Formats: sequence, C-alpha cells, structure tokens
Amino acid sequence: MLPILSIRDVSKTYASGLQALKPTNLDIAKGEIFALLGPNGAGKTTLISIICGIVNPSSGAITADGHDIIRDYKAARRKIGLVPQELHTDAFERVINTVQFSRGLFGFPPNEAHLEKVLRDLSLWEKRNDTIMTLSGGMKRRVMIAKALSHEPKILFLDEPTAGVDVELRQDMWAMVRKLRDNGVTIILTTHYIEEAEEMADRVGVINKGELILVEDKTALMRKLGKKQLTLELPAPLAAIPEGLGGYALELASGGAKLVYSFDANAEQSGISGLLRRLDELGVEFKDLHTEQSSLEDIFVELVRARA
Amino acid sequence: MNWYGVQAIYRFEMARWFRTIGQSLFSPVLSTSLYFIVFGAAIGSRMVAIDGISYGAFIVPGLIMLSILTESVSNASFGIYMPKWAGTIYELLSAPVSPIESVLGYVGAASTKSIIIGLVILATARLFVPFEIEHPLWMLTFLVLTCVSFCLFGFILGVLADGFEKLQIVPMLIITPLTFLGGTFYSINMLPELWQKIALFNPVVYLISGFRWAFYGVADVNVGVSIAATLGFLGLCLGAVYWIFATGYRLKN
Ligand SMILES: Nc1ncnc2c1ncn2[C@@H]1O[C@H](COP(=O)(O)OP(=O)(O)OP(=O)(O)O)[C@@H](O)[C@H]1O
Ligand SMILES: [Mg+2]
Repeated sequence: MLPILSIRDVSKTYASGLQALKPTNLDIAKGEIFALLGPNGAGKTTLISIICGIVNPSSGAITADGHDIIRDYKAARRKIGLVPQELHTDAFERVINTVQFSRGLFGFPPNEAHLEKVLRDLSLWEKRNDTIMTLSGGMKRRVMIAKALSHEPKILFLDEPTAGVDVELRQDMWAMVRKLRDNGVTIILTTHYIEEAEEMADRVGVINKGELILVEDKTALMRKLGKKQLTLELPAPLAAIPEGLGGYALELASGGAKLVYSFDANAEQSGISGLLRRLDELGVEFKDLHTEQSSLEDIFVELVRARA
Repeated sequence: MNWYGVQAIYRFEMARWFRTIGQSLFSPVLSTSLYFIVFGAAIGSRMVAIDGISYGAFIVPGLIMLSILTESVSNASFGIYMPKWAGTIYELLSAPVSPIESVLGYVGAASTKSIIIGLVILATARLFVPFEIEHPLWMLTFLVLTCVSFCLFGFILGVLADGFEKLQIVPMLIITPLTFLGGTFYSINMLPELWQKIALFNPVVYLISGFRWAFYGVADVNVGVSIAATLGFLGLCLGAVYWIFATGYRLKN
C-alpha cells in the first residue's frame, strides 16, 4: 500500500546556520500511530512544522496522501490537522467560534453536527460559549485538538500532546487517539516519554540532533531497549567481584560500594532471585537495592554510540 | 479559491472589531468632533471661505482622510501582526490558504472597517457643518480606493514588523504628518510657491485633493492626477504584497 506520508531527503538549516534536521527519509503507513521520540532540540517540531507548512524545508520533498506539500499544498493541507506543542489560542474568542473558524480556514463548509461531536468527545461542549481565556491550560489544549479535528483530517500531528497534562487528561487523550485511529486517521505524535510511545504507538522513530537514527516496530524496539539494572548498595566496598558469581553480568560501581547487575527485562527469567540466593550463600551482604530501566537518555547514548 | 477560508478570516477580523465596536468608533468620532469644535467652530468662524467653501466644510474631506489613513494602517497591520505575536499564526500557515486569500480576508476586513469609520465620521461632520456632496459616487470611489490601498500598506507593515513599536511609529510619524501637511486644513495654493512645489511630493496631497473635489468640485491638483495617484499607490502596494509573498513569505522560517 502507498504510504500516506512520504518524506524524502528532507532537511532544515535555519537562518541562524543551525542544521536542525539532517536529510531524513520516512514513510508512514495509513492508519498507523507513529511516535517520534527524542530529547529537547532533537528536531521533532522542526520535522512536523515542515510537513504542515509552517517551516520551509531546505531540501527534499514530501507527499501527504499523494499530494506534494509544496506544489499541491492546498490538497495536502486539507488532509492534515496539527496540534502544536505550544498553547497558542485566541484568548478573546469563544470556543465554538474558534472551532468554526478553523473549519472554514481549511476550506470546509459549516457542519455544526461534526463540530458538536468533536466538542462532546473532548468534553468541551458545555464550555462552547466560554471565552478561551477563561479556560484552564488542559482545557485550552483540548480546544487546540478540537480545532485540529474540525476539518476531519486524515493525518493528525500531535506535538507533545501530553506535556504538562494531568493523568486523567492523558488517559482521555490516549483513548481519543485510539478512537481516531479506529476511524482511519493516521497519527504522528512526539513525546519525551518512552512509556507513552510504548502505550500508544505501532511504530517508533528516534530522532537525535536532527538525525532520525532509528525507526522500528514498537515491539521490536521494546525488546531491544528493555535492559534493566539491579543496583545493590553494599555496607563495605568490595575490591573485586566475588568468585562464584561468574554466570552473572555484574559490575562494581562507586569504588566498589555498589554492585550492578544488568539483565534483560523481557527475558522469561530475570535471574534476580538466583543472584540474591547466590549472594546469600557467599555471605555478601547489602543494605539496599533498587532496579531501574534504562532511561531514554541512556538509550540515545547507546544508539548514537552504536552508530559511531 | 478557498472562499470558506477567506470568509473565516474576514469574519474573525470583523468579530474582533465588533467586540470593541464602541472604542473602535468612539475614538475617531471624538477626535473628529474635537477638530470641528476647534477648527470649524472656534477658529473657522473667523476664517474666510476657501474657493467659496466655508472653512468648516472645507476641512471635512481632509479630516475623513486623516482618520481613515491612520485607522487603515493601524488596523490592517495589527490584524496580521497579532497572530504573529501570539503564535496563532501557525494555523494560517498550515491551512490551505493562498497568499491572495489571506490578503483578501485580512485587507478586506480592514478596509470594511475603515470605510465604516469614514462614513461615520462623515455623518458626524454633517452634525457640525452643513454641506452637500457634489459627486457622491466619486466620493465613495475615492473612499474605497484609499481604504483598500492603505489597508494593503498596513498589511505589509504588519507582515514585516518585528515589534509593536514599529506598528505605531508608521501611522504616528509618517501618515499623520503627511496628512496634516497634505492640505487637510488648507489649500496648498495658500502656501508660498516653493512649498507648493515641495507639497506635490506628498502623496497624501493627491488623495485629499481628489476627495475634496468629489465633495465640492474644487481641487488643488487636477482630478485625473488624483485618480492616477490613488491607483498608482494601490498598484504599488499590490506589487509590494506580491513581492513579499513571491520572495518567500516573511511569516515563515
Ligand atoms: N525558528 C528557529 N530558528 C533557529 N533555530 C531554531 C528555530 N526553531 C528551532 N530551532 C532550533 O532547532 C533545533 C531543533 O528544534 P525543535 O524545536 O525541532 O526540537 P524538538 O525536538 O521539537 O525539541 P523539544 O522536545 O524541546 O520540543 C533546536 O536546536 C532549536 O533551537
Ligand atoms: Mg518540539
């Protein structure tokens, strides 16, 4: 099947001379949820802004549902909805008016029934006559989503939809994204949270310093990234890893005060209980322990190192 | 053509204006009334008629121009500068709206407002001084052309401006002085010869002169020249708008 979004050699160098995006290639399949992960300044917003027509690309070509986003921008943009990262709203407008405005702006005739549905789905219907200024931050974000959905887009971009959003709204948003997908909408979202990608996405792209370093099926990625560490705090530093622990991937840290065990979180057996039993047998004491999953940061470092 | 888009922008801009309609109309009406009280009634009663027109009536066209020029520039520039400043411009940039459609929406709305203001001032003036309009259709033509031209000018200013000060500086430091010196309160024929020549470099002279001709059939410069100058300015602004969009839309990175 033809990809609904096809990105070919797209790069961006801002007027400042900063190359925010290196030549990037990416295809998005119709109906998938794609999560773009990356640290601050990685170029996520830049890529999305180029696709949506807010930033001019320095090179490359993009088609959305078969329409070139520059030559055939009107057809392409009618298919696209964008919820930007920053909360930009017309403070003095009423909710219903701003949504009607968005629909009109995208060239669609009025459709009150559709707008009512969108507002109801986002729990904004009761607030439709309120001035946007008087809404809370989370409500404003919903308004921005309503605006993006007002023209029934086929491709929806959500740039950090859950940044600064409470748990309840986050759950709502995830539910909404799934529902949209069930209705055939393709969704591209950015996030800093790996759990979010894990929860939502079919595929994940990792972007770092303007470079799309990895695109993978979520399940495959989770397997790859699922490294965990168990750290044991020792009462007295050890000079070396005790003999008889040869079978375990152990390291000493903090000058011997910590014993670190790395294991695969996806494996059937973590090996933790075996290790702890073995330590007991060997008389190695510890005063505290904790496990941690490799953070997104670690993953980037690893990915970048692996490519170097 | 994305007519729904044009309509959405137009409505949005008009709604913004109507939210503060009192203020929007009150300030031009108040300042015009003050001019009439000072120049029309107080000083004007001691002035001789110019070209056979009482001084109070003489200043009407110039005063309307004074208001609509400044209102057009500030209104249109504000309309496009605001979303740039507030960040809501992202929606316009990501919408299937061509530059021409944006201009139609924004400049169309700003021109409508200016025309309404012009007509309201005209009605206000009529309360202070009696006058007849000799060529009402020409009067409307000049009014519309001037409003559209200066709204275009304001739109350009708003696209290019990178700060609120710049939006205020142009009407205050350029438009107002040019209008004052452009024959709002006097006929340029009353100036010493050298100054008459210099005055002809002031584009506003042609606007006011043509507008006054539509009212009273008398003009400082030939009406044909006024019309040509007005159309010339309109063409210049259209060209500038075209150039801005053709050479890469200053609204985008
Ligand atoms: N208008 C601009 N002019 C110059 N540089 C810019 C501009 N916008 C973004 N940048 C730079 O481009 C780089 C990528 O920014 P971008 O906003 O795309 O990152 P991001 O991945 O969205 O980050 P975040 O997670 O913080 O939102 C950054 O170094 C940023 O400073
Ligand atoms: Mg971003």
